[in-house]
Amino acid sequence: MSDPIQNKNVELLASLDHINLSLQGKTILHDVSLQLQAGKILTVIGPNGAGKSTLIRILLGLETAQSGGVYRKPKLRIGYVPQKMAIDSLLPLTVERFVSLSSRSFSNTAKAKDALEETGVKHLAKQAIQQLSGGEFQRVLLARALLRKPELLILDEPAQGVDVTGQAELYEQIAALKNTYGFGVLMVSHDLHLVMQKTDQVLCLNQHICCSGQPDDVSKHPEYQRLFGNLPAEGLAVYTHHHNHCHELNGDVVVGECKHADHNHSHHEHTDIAIEKVTTKEQEKHTHG
Amino acid sequence: MDDFLVRAILAGVAIALIAGPLGAFLLWRRMAYFGDTLSHSAILGVALGMLMSINVNIGILVSTLLVAALLILSQRQKRLGSDALLGIISHSALSLGLVLISFVHGMRVDLNAWLFGDILAVTWTDLGLIAVSVGVVLAVLTVIWKPLLSLTVHEELALVEGVNISLISAIYTLLIAVLVAIAMKIIGALLITSLLIIPAATARQFSKTPEQMAVLAIVVGCISVILGLSASFLWDTPAGPSIVVAASSLFLLSQVFSKRI
Repeated sequence: MSDPIQNKNVELLASLDHINLSLQGKTILHDVSLQLQAGKILTVIGPNGAGKSTLIRILLGLETAQSGGVYRKPKLRIGYVPQKMAIDSLLPLTVERFVSLSSRSFSNTAKAKDALEETGVKHLAKQAIQQLSGGEFQRVLLARALLRKPELLILDEPAQGVDVTGQAELYEQIAALKNTYGFGVLMVSHDLHLVMQKTDQVLCLNQHICCSGQPDDVSKHPEYQRLFGNLPAEGLAVYTHHHNHCHELNGDVVVGECKHADHNHSHHEHTDIAIEKVTTKEQEKHTHG
Repeated sequence: MDDFLVRAILAGVAIALIAGPLGAFLLWRRMAYFGDTLSHSAILGVALGMLMSINVNIGILVSTLLVAALLILSQRQKRLGSDALLGIISHSALSLGLVLISFVHGMRVDLNAWLFGDILAVTWTDLGLIAVSVGVVLAVLTVIWKPLLSLTVHEELALVEGVNISLISAIYTLLIAVLVAIAMKIIGALLITSLLIIPAATARQFSKTPEQMAVLAIVVGCISVILGLSASFLWDTPAGPSIVVAASSLFLLSQVFSKRI
């Protein structure tokens, strides 16, 4: 799959340079470096407590490292999709209003609707923000980030609370939007194969960087296998099959190519996944490893 | 109608104008007890104002701001929970104020008026001061409305999107302090928070947007003030508690009404 943006000279958006952070004698991050470039997706994977979120927070300027350098391109516009958020039920807020909060003008619902349309949830514009499902909320957050015309999109566990088919669609959508707008993407995740498909570079983090590189190389790396085991063979079955239709988020069946999926990809396969005992195995690995 | 009643009602309505939106934010940000602590500390301000022979309003403003600063600083420590901290500071400031007031000689201090409000207390000068303060608070609130709403929804998202969180939060606290200072005479230190919270809570279920909720809270607040002060005038009941009883009656009524539909 050729990516037109890859051929242009890549622009450095932000980078971390030998970051160290420890709290109360416990190492959170050790000697972590990374570079984020326009038009590229960098995915950070790692077990719970690996320091993934801290890494994002340092990059965003929400936390400060004890040593090491943080570079952000001057006036870099960042679109941020935080991990979890609960919005107080006492606050009456519609989806479109929530999205428009990220624009500079007082209330720009027209632009908010455009952004919601791009992430496939325009039909939710008038709904109360507290009534959304996990998947809907993630798309609304994505729309809010898009409204800022970001140069860099940072997502912390974007697929949390989203069902498995929804996850695949969400990742495809992020990749499609990246191709349209050419922004750089930094994604953090603890699920493995789905997230890696569209990624240019994978960084495997467990306080320090265990390994990094192209998705295929990383998944064969011994450090990676030590951390995550050979899950696909054991418990996680990834298979592809053909769909002749897909669903809009409101449930309507769309025959043919999915609107909210990647327009550029050359095949119509969708990755579906069957999970058996993955969580327990993963947990065992982490407690014992 | 008597002059003092007109003054009291005008002052009360002016206060309700800013108590509505400020109170809505207090609810959304789960800061009700924070508001309570600030208003209790106003008694300390009254004492300081009297002892140092300065304008009592200025004393109140200074003491509430000091307590707010103390709260913000001490919330950074993690040893005590925020609720325990608020309880300690709230009652310490109130008690210290009451103790200090007992040292004020040569002046008869009507403590009840400061604690529960006094319908007779508002002079035309007070009313002028209240009008100017309310105007300024409304203007500032309009300017910071969007960033304040944004940080209320999600602080870190707002921070990443370029909102100066500490500045906007500090301004909001300052506005609450101004409200406490001007609302003391009518409602009294112990009950100011109820004029912030009850009308906003009443407005919640009838609102689809934050702005609707703020405006409705103003309307409910104004009605409460007019009903409460009229009752206080007719039956010689204390001003502040009468306003609060009116407000809570409206709240109860709204609950019953909303269940029916």
